[in-house]
Amino acid sequence: MTTDVDPAVRQGRSAKDEILSRIRAATPDVTSPVGARGAAPRVEQPASSRAETVELFVENVEDYKAAVVRVAPDGIAQAVADAVRDVGSVVVPGGLDAAYLSAWPGAVRRVSDDGLSSADLDAIDGVVTTASVGIATTGTIVLDHGPGMGRRALSLVPDLHVCIVRTSQVVHDVPEAVARLAPGAVTGGGHVGPQTWISGPSATSDIELDRVEGVHGPRTLHVIVVDDG
Amino acid sequence: MSNPMQTTSPTFVGMPKFPKAAKKALGNTQQRRNLAHATGVIRAKRARVVGEVPEWEALRLAGAQAKDETLGHLAAYLEMLEANLARNGAQVHWARDAEEANRIVVGLVQAKGAGEVVKVKSMATQEIELNEALEAAGIHAWETDLAELIVQLGHDRPSHILVPAIHRNRSEIREIFRREMGLVGRPAPDDLSDEPRRLAEAARLHLREKFLRATVAISGANFAIADTGSLVVVESEGNGRMCLTLPETLISVVGIEKVLPSWQDLGTFLQLLPRSSTGERMNPYTSIWSGVHEGDGPQEVHVVLIDNGRTHVLADPVGRQALRCIRCSACLNTCPVYERAGGHAYGSVYPGPIGSILNPQLRGVASEVDRSLPYASSLCGACFEVCPVRIDIPSLLVHLRAKVVEAADGTTHEARAMRAMAWMFGDHRRLEAAQRAATVGGRVLGDHTIRHVPGPMGPWTGARDVPHLPTQSFRQWWAKRERKGGAR
Repeated sequence: MTTDVDPAVRQGRSAKDEILSRIRAATPDVTSPVGARGAAPRVEQPASSRAETVELFVENVEDYKAAVVRVAPDGIAQAVADAVRDVGSVVVPGGLDAAYLSAWPGAVRRVSDDGLSSADLDAIDGVVTTASVGIATTGTIVLDHGPGMGRRALSLVPDLHVCIVRTSQVVHDVPEAVARLAPGAVTGGGHVGPQTWISGPSATSDIELDRVEGVHGPRTLHVIVVDDG
Repeated sequence: MSNPMQTTSPTFVGMPKFPKAAKKALGNTQQRRNLAHATGVIRAKRARVVGEVPEWEALRLAGAQAKDETLGHLAAYLEMLEANLARNGAQVHWARDAEEANRIVVGLVQAKGAGEVVKVKSMATQEIELNEALEAAGIHAWETDLAELIVQLGHDRPSHILVPAIHRNRSEIREIFRREMGLVGRPAPDDLSDEPRRLAEAARLHLREKFLRATVAISGANFAIADTGSLVVVESEGNGRMCLTLPETLISVVGIEKVLPSWQDLGTFLQLLPRSSTGERMNPYTSIWSGVHEGDGPQEVHVVLIDNGRTHVLADPVGRQALRCIRCSACLNTCPVYERAGGHAYGSVYPGPIGSILNPQLRGVASEVDRSLPYASSLCGACFEVCPVRIDIPSLLVHLRAKVVEAADGTTHEARAMRAMAWMFGDHRRLEAAQRAATVGGRVLGDHTIRHVPGPMGPWTGARDVPHLPTQSFRQWWAKRERKGGAR
């Protein structure tokens, strides 16, 4: 740090220009053009069959101590009802298929998200969402926060997250998920929406590297896997 | 003119050289026990989940190539990143050094009129000592990662990249929580035990009010994707999601080497990082955001790109590969030196093997500790084996040792000893005289072990016993044998 230069003078010169010129001066040995390596290589584990991929997904999600139930499409409403039965209140994002809520237990208060504050959300026990992609090799569920998934805070602040994933959404490995979630694939345009990749309930290993489930995010993750072919 | 190095932050100015700090750490039995346990656990976890991936070597190569692509064309990728971030509604700032980065961030927080910020664990903000700068401006910075919280509440320093409180065990953490939480917010429950589950719950309760209240959050980023203008934060606890989602303003401090060329590269790095880092198939939460998202999360988003010595590292074609580092900490967990000495002895927020090559390049070799770091290794090579981006740490250590020696210009004890040896070996009479002296010493001392000698050999004997001196040299034995006529 050159302390003898007045900060105002330093700011007058563009930090961006200076950093970029430092970078250019640092790499005269690099002669390959930008992008010469070609497209990013796609290194992934091969799947042997669809059935195996779905089995692996379920196994790996359960390995994170998330609860998993498998249902046929006509069993979704009942599975949702069973998952929320023991809590007092549940928030439901816009765009969630009304049919999923048709067996709702009367004792559970259902709240729709009409601009709830963080404090409002903190007073709600659970949330029901759909998902965008499931990844078998890692047991991951990805939310791109489109219809049925809600804004990010909804699936974060309440302590119970009930998530509906269709087997047709489950891919085998991470690169396939990344390809499905690419900006063009998600929005048809350039701007990729926010994404949350979820692998089990929130956890920490910060105390003696002992894994403990449940810190700030939902401490209970309940996954409903829908066999839709 | 070469690019400027990083200025050593006030916390680490005057750190003793590694062997001295390590010796002190070795005397701390509790810490050694904590570290041996923790690194043993994580090594086994990593080995298990890496073993599940037959394509691991191909992934490592892909990771190294992606980083080399950006490092070789960093200006182009940073300009692409800036343009796409701006298109997505983020405001991009550039900082040449720590002082400039801190000034920018403090200014942004003050402009929002905020008296406090919540923070996601970030190596970059630790490196620039942003918390100290914020506190100096009267702004409270709350660390929200559990281990960072333990370090902050314990008025301690981090000793590991991934698990900064790895040197603390559960009962120490319980004491810190009981003593300190009440001073800065919601106190720990009266009946708090040292069960990890209860300790995590205490952190959840303590931090929840801060998450709900804060209007400004500060984060780093694990990756910055040039072609989409997206930032990625990889975490476990959900504290990251809280900070990235609930406040109105988000400021992310990102080292210029964090940029990835394309969205598709995530497919490689989201396989490499979790398995190398926490030894999981995938970390619990990964957040990806691309500037401002209408109606979802912070509506004012800033990104501060920092150099702070990185362009100095970039200028060394051999040393440049250290900038591939994705801060997974696998090299720390596998290093026999780190396991025994712990992280504090490295005198930087970057400890372990990666710190031994990064610090002397970021800060130069002017200080005692930075000069000693390339030697804080037995060159066993385990760090290279586990590095997910194939940084050849052992070769770089040797490269940097050469630089340290060059900088010292023949004035080291080793250089003087080597010159003396050359003089002695240069003439057989001098050699014989030296050997006679040694064997006299050997006969005098007998089986007595010398554990320490003063003078230039002092540091060497600080950790080793002097070998027993022989009572006769080979030359003396041979001459005696010839005189006797010898048995042929």
